[in-house]
Amino acid sequence: MLPQEVFVVAEQVHGQLTPVSFELLGAAKKLAKEMGGASISCILLGADVSGHGADLASHGADKVYLAEDPRLALYQNEYYALFLTEFFKKRQPEVVLWGASAISGELAATVAARLETGLSAHCSDLHLNEEGLLVQVVPAFGGKVLGDILCPTRRPQMATVKPGIFSSLSKGEEAGEIINEDTSILARCNPLLKTLRVTKEKDRDASLKEAAVVVGGGWGVGSGENWKMLKRLSSLLGGAVGCTRPALDEGWADGEHTMIGTSGITVKPKVYIGVGISGAIHHLVGIKDAEMIISINKDAKAPILSFSDYGVVADFKKVLPGLIERIEELT
Amino acid sequence: MKERRILVCIKPVPDPEHYDEIRIDPTSKTLVRSGIPAVINPNDKNAIEAALEVREYWGGTVELLSMAPPDAEENLREGLAMGADKAYLLSDRSFAGSDTLATARVLAAGVEKIGSFDLVITGSESADGGTTNVSPQLGEMLGLPHVCNVESIKPQNEGQWQLNVKIEEGYMEVEGPTPMVIGVNHKINIPRYTTVMGIMEAEDKEVVIWSAADLGIDNGKVGLTGSPTQPGGLHEPKLQRAGELLEGEPEVVVDKLIKLLRQAGVLNA
Repeated sequence: MLPQEVFVVAEQVHGQLTPVSFELLGAAKKLAKEMGGASISCILLGADVSGHGADLASHGADKVYLAEDPRLALYQNEYYALFLTEFFKKRQPEVVLWGASAISGELAATVAARLETGLSAHCSDLHLNEEGLLVQVVPAFGGKVLGDILCPTRRPQMATVKPGIFSSLSKGEEAGEIINEDTSILARCNPLLKTLRVTKEKDRDASLKEAAVVVGGGWGVGSGENWKMLKRLSSLLGGAVGCTRPALDEGWADGEHTMIGTSGITVKPKVYIGVGISGAIHHLVGIKDAEMIISINKDAKAPILSFSDYGVVADFKKVLPGLIERIEELT
Repeated sequence: MKERRILVCIKPVPDPEHYDEIRIDPTSKTLVRSGIPAVINPNDKNAIEAALEVREYWGGTVELLSMAPPDAEENLREGLAMGADKAYLLSDRSFAGSDTLATARVLAAGVEKIGSFDLVITGSESADGGTTNVSPQLGEMLGLPHVCNVESIKPQNEGQWQLNVKIEEGYMEVEGPTPMVIGVNHKINIPRYTTVMGIMEAEDKEVVIWSAADLGIDNGKVGLTGSPTQPGGLHEPKLQRAGELLEGEPEVVVDKLIKLLRQAGVLNA
């Protein structure tokens, strides 16, 4: 019997591999081990991707398949879905992992429909159960509940995985094999959609995602003037300011790209300091991986306090100025 | 100008404002969500708004389609009060437990029974399940091209649509034909409120209700039995932490905070 195969669909935008591509290889490695030694394969589509093969092959992939074709330069749903559907029909992998990005999410749903198989979305954990089925843990109701999704009979078992959940593997000594795939099948498709261009926006939330200190502000901050205190504190600590939806709606925060939570970004700082935040689930899911959570809220009943390592029940206007002053003196 | 016939797919979801109240019953391990009202999935309101805007520009009709239990008629009435012309509710016990693929199959059967459309518009993402699968899968079931995460829709000449698609790295511009399926994101517009006049007018608008038999759909292909994915257990994420309170006068609290920041290695002075 051939060993089982776990597949990763790597993604590139503007000729660059996205970080989640490597994280998926990390997830695949974990699953392959649980499966008792499945092989890890990776497929990448694009126009000029040969340079990425070695990179993927040295980060956990036993085999890297490259589909290189000018028609695949930009993501085009019909071409991409046609190629991958036929590719997976041929290979019949046990598991296929995709990034939970706008492009890969749409593509995965398309391919799942064509293969008539299951697809879970935005997984926050993956493991095998006793029967060897892939347990796909997905958030529901804004992250308030986690549900296990199984795909008992159809294959492959497919999941999109949220970025930032699994760690990418460090560069290995041994590199996997690189295989160039024939793309002549694309001639079967006469695409109706035309991707005209991809415009890149500066990754404005990068500083927040990578910050060692995140100061989060909620509706309780009260004014744009008070918000400056949060900015001052975060800049003194070399951190960044994030916000909740209500604070964003009030216009105090820098913009939607700084919103933390279900419909925003996930942060993993060493320290998260929540100011005037009540602790709605929509926000909590975005900070739950912080190493230390400190919250300041004048309401002793605010739910955030029980989701924090340390809580201060006080008016933040009485605490932050003193804290800022002290750090200014020290630094 | 040729008038447009637009169909909007909507889903009732438990009101996202109340998700903090949702619990898992410790004994039955099932979801406790009693008392939480069903509302139109917020992102689907963007879809209705986008359709109404296309109709305002080109003329035509906006129809609504939902697969849901019978009481979803109320949600469809709200969509009609926003300005849609007619609504269809696909309701059958056999649809219960449908995953995204089976849902797309039922919706596609509904669309095909209603007729042909210039555009089918959906929200990209549901607030409850949070997948973004149904819009593309509906496109697949209908054999139509589809684009989701759309942040603007501009009509071009000769029945083409220019779409601005939001991706993590920025934007992607896509041109697509008529007909097609479009999933809009929540930033495309601000959905209009219903007015008293709209609500009164909605009372006279038609809501057609169809069962699985009306759709001529194979029961084995829908609901839990027709779904490749099956739900396993439910759990609540472990979010609770120690919650140790830092007490005392502000200066004392500041001392404690400084100590914690040092301990965490983010303050080295």
